Amino acid sequence: MLMFTLKRLGLAILVTFTVSLLSFSLLFMSGDPASAIAGENASATDIEAIRALYGFDRPFLVQYADWLFGALSGDFGQSYYFRVPVAQLIGERLSTTMLLGVCGISFALVTAIPLGVAAAMRPNSLIDRTALFLSVMGQAMPSFWFGLVLIVVFSIQLGWLPPSGSSTWKHFIMPTVVLGYYAMPAIMRLTRAGMLEVLNADYIRTARAKGASETRVMFKHALRNAVVPVVSLAAVQMGFMLGGSIVVESIFALHGAGYLAWESIARNDLPTVQALILIFSLFYIVFTFLSDLVNAWLDPRIRVG
Amino acid sequence: MSEPVLKVDNLTIDIPMAQGTLHAVRGIDFELKRGETLCIVGESGSGKSLTSLAIMGLLSKKMRCNAARLDFSGIDLRKQSPRAMRALRGDRMAMIFQEPMTSLNPAYTIGDQLMEALQLHRPVGRAEARARAIELLGKVGITAAESRLSQYPHQLSGGLRQRVMIAMALMCEPELIIADEPTTALDVTIQAQILRLLADLQREMNMAMILVTHDLGVVARIADKVVVMYAGEVVEKGSAREIFENPRHPYTRGLLRCIPVPGKTKPGEHLGSIPGIVPSLIGKVEGCAFRSRCDVAEAACASDVPVRRTGEDHMYRCIHEVQAGAPS
Repeated sequence: MLMFTLKRLGLAILVTFTVSLLSFSLLFMSGDPASAIAGENASATDIEAIRALYGFDRPFLVQYADWLFGALSGDFGQSYYFRVPVAQLIGERLSTTMLLGVCGISFALVTAIPLGVAAAMRPNSLIDRTALFLSVMGQAMPSFWFGLVLIVVFSIQLGWLPPSGSSTWKHFIMPTVVLGYYAMPAIMRLTRAGMLEVLNADYIRTARAKGASETRVMFKHALRNAVVPVVSLAAVQMGFMLGGSIVVESIFALHGAGYLAWESIARNDLPTVQALILIFSLFYIVFTFLSDLVNAWLDPRIRVG
Repeated sequence: MSEPVLKVDNLTIDIPMAQGTLHAVRGIDFELKRGETLCIVGESGSGKSLTSLAIMGLLSKKMRCNAARLDFSGIDLRKQSPRAMRALRGDRMAMIFQEPMTSLNPAYTIGDQLMEALQLHRPVGRAEARARAIELLGKVGITAAESRLSQYPHQLSGGLRQRVMIAMALMCEPELIIADEPTTALDVTIQAQILRLLADLQREMNMAMILVTHDLGVVARIADKVVVMYAGEVVEKGSAREIFENPRHPYTRGLLRCIPVPGKTKPGEHLGSIPGIVPSLIGKVEGCAFRSRCDVAEAACASDVPVRRTGEDHMYRCIHEVQAGAPS
């Protein structure tokens, strides 16, 4: 298990460096950063002055190393637009996004896994069809539309929940549902498919032959084997939620990191964009690493050679 | 002699299919006492595995199972609730399956799975269950039993896994053990060991054993009684001695001809084989199902086939009255 963890960790670190190099290169992919900052009508001397000021005249690798060491100590430079340290800017926004992401994925898992198991226990039954209907809806409905419908019903008509903001836990209910419902269908269908496959396995018959109850067969013997691919999927979905919840954050006016990314791209605020890309990628890397560990714990064939 | 542990009378299993009903098992009967070994012999699709699953109550819900009688130690299995069947399974009747490679749960240790078998039925603590697991692993000939408990199935060879399966089946000292082709997936050298082990344990624990197999060589070594199945039907049954010395049904004779006999079969000599395949059992099956492959078939085989008895307990289903010892 230790060897396995170290191997995965080494891999994760390698990927992190690759991603950091890519996200830093973005600065130079969108043209000359100095003239972009100077604006359209800047004179050649102004551009040169800015180039020297920001250090764009140094060799690429030197700039990268400078930026990377800064990033490692939590210094991502100054935001061009907000004129505050990027780290501070992101720090304020990230907690909202992380809270939303954790709630969203939890909501998705808590609804999708029991539904997937129930659907697999009785294929083509009413509950299976209902689950299928719900998952097709979740996949087909755009988040912005579903979010607006929830606001119309629960905020405007019933007045139960606040439509926007992030000051109380009530503000997070609707965003959680919208975000979680988007991730739910895939997890549900994968759980169902995995369970259907596992339920035909010989060891399930063995468990029944031992006299295990159906509940025990389902949850002890089948689910643990069926859920391995679900963990990997959930990790990717979680990364997606943290990085890509821009739509949901805008609808409910939750000023999170996703929203910040969208703002910064629009404003050409490159240090912020670079830092966000690195952080979002880190989320993917960390969650993939964690899901590898969870799967190794679930399935001894991964961890014990 | 004591009361039979198992009495099966006119057991039928029907499987509804898109093309019609598949009559997979058609009127099986046999009985079995403690300490006896009954071998059910037949080729793939003859219904032998289904018969054993039916006794365990493990048939899929889609299959319809009927019997005039299905008694286990005086309990009418036909009338038991799923909960009552569950209480019997693994406790008083246990089963060993064909595929040791896939019959153990890959996610749990050998110890977990062995202990579960006991703890499902007995109010024992972990320490006691563990001690029992170690005892049984020793009994099935696994060395360093204690260290095996923390191993996972994928760390064991097929032969070892099958030993674990046997230990698991015996955790609660069942009265009846059903082994469904327990050696088919194993190497030939391991096959003999596992069979000997099963036979020894059966004698030692005085269990009734049903051994499902298609290997007559296996049967000759350990069976007390033999049931020969063909296309869902018992074509011949009797004591092992009778079946091997005086086989009456053409199918049984055919099977016996397929076994090479050391010392008697000459190198290069053609072994017997039975041409053709098992007929479809969908829809109504009339007459002798074996007639299309039988070399003594007649027109009369297409109508009802009489059940003939010779001596104590030897029955066969054929229109021909075969004399004992007649050439086949």
